[in-house]
Amino acid sequence: MSDAATPKIRIRGLRKSFGAKSVLDGVDLDVRARHSMVLLGGSGSGKSVTIKCILGLIPPDEGLIEIDGTDVSKLSRSDRTALQDRTGMLFQNGALFDSLPVWENVCFKLLAQKRITRAQARDRAAEVLAQVGLAASVGDLSPSELSGGMQKRVALARAVAAQPDIIFFDEPTTGLDPIMGAVIDGLIVDSVERLGATAVSITHDMASARRIGDDAAMIHKGRIVWTGAAADLGDTGNAMVDQFARGEREGPIQMELRK
Amino acid sequence: MTFTLDFLSLLGRGLISACRTLGDVAIFAATAVSHTVRPPFQLRQFWRHFVEIAYFSLPVVALTALFTGMVLALQSFTGFSRFNAESAIASVVVLSVTRELGPVLAGLMVAGRIGAAMAAEIGTMRVTDQIDALTTLSTDPMKYLVAPRLVAATLAMPLLVVVANILGVLGGFLVATLKLGFVAQTYLDNTWDVLETMDVVSGLVKAAVFGFVIALMGSWCGYRSKGGAQGVGQATTQAVVAASILILALDYVITEAFFSR
Repeated sequence: MSDAATPKIRIRGLRKSFGAKSVLDGVDLDVRARHSMVLLGGSGSGKSVTIKCILGLIPPDEGLIEIDGTDVSKLSRSDRTALQDRTGMLFQNGALFDSLPVWENVCFKLLAQKRITRAQARDRAAEVLAQVGLAASVGDLSPSELSGGMQKRVALARAVAAQPDIIFFDEPTTGLDPIMGAVIDGLIVDSVERLGATAVSITHDMASARRIGDDAAMIHKGRIVWTGAAADLGDTGNAMVDQFARGEREGPIQMELRK
Repeated sequence: MTFTLDFLSLLGRGLISACRTLGDVAIFAATAVSHTVRPPFQLRQFWRHFVEIAYFSLPVVALTALFTGMVLALQSFTGFSRFNAESAIASVVVLSVTRELGPVLAGLMVAGRIGAAMAAEIGTMRVTDQIDALTTLSTDPMKYLVAPRLVAATLAMPLLVVVANILGVLGGFLVATLKLGFVAQTYLDNTWDVLETMDVVSGLVKAAVFGFVIALMGSWCGYRSKGGAQGVGQATTQAVVAASILILALDYVITEAFFSR
């Protein structure tokens, strides 16, 4: 476990290119334990790649990623699996498994780790579904039978079912109406507080960022250009962040549009 | 001179690309096979795919084999009657079906049905982050997605080919006895007299190899697909084409190994 002085997640000089395109150009970021960090940035700025590098889904070209003071690039396969056991991830589009019913999706990790039997998994799924405001009967449905908002809630339930101590949220409210977005944000805050977890969220939605974040960081062209309190978003004194937070067309961030 | 250099450069690039692809497939196959012998075993996934391949492919394989046997008897009769060799029809049908047509046609049918489905399912999982999700859920995608499919297809194909063999011979028998006027008992005697264990065994070995190849190509093409719906479509096409060509090529190799003197 990390103490107060050691960040839960510490990133230094993270670089990643895909062919000639440099996506991460030296990302430095600290995420405090038991705090919720919101990662902001335009499309293609490298937010998702940063998270995927932390999760080990994409190998970085260069740089250091430490979790609880341990360099994750030096972990053995079993230690990497043990780390994955402690993390949860909510993907942007839910990424629910179509071939499995909802209850099996929710308890997938617990079943994979053989921490519970299939009979116990149904009860556990009902319990976690209730925490995200869904009836137990939803557990028997297929993901394709659910609305977008319900899919997000099931994905959230899956991310927290194994009680992880680090949770990643990739654009949790994208594609949802404002009310459902606020509901999901509320569920995220509840889940993170209940678990005492450290959370890293990617979002474009400023209202969502203020609701779910303690801290915020802005990434632009593969580098962190600002970090601060999420509550300050919109009035940070940083021209880039303020332009992004207010959704203004004019400012230091110029969209590369062909004329 | 420039034309020659361009041609050699093109040839070299093609060769390097082919070697890289071959290496990718070999590493993918070796990784998947290693997961088939290392616990935890995904028995539920195995059973799901086994039923899908062995049971739900039965109608298409059965109909293909039945009609192939019927056509074979009919064509053999029209050809052999020119040389007064009609009595060889039973031997031709049973040997052709058990050694070649049963496994090859069943393989091609299953490649179209199952290989395409595997590539489409895994490809869709790839482009919708479901494969990444598996990793974050402490599950190795190779163990969960690929290994059970390889084992299921390798074991299911021989069963399908046994059915294809029986129905192929039955098709020939029906045409010979009902249309061409053969005596049933004589036709069956001729069939049994010519059939040897190795004829059936070689067909079953081919079936197992074809099953492995179908699942391997379906999984590999799906696993490396990218770019959304178009990428999944391309992966599906590639899986069927690659599996079909490999089935025909490996058919020759296995036949050579079993029957060349």
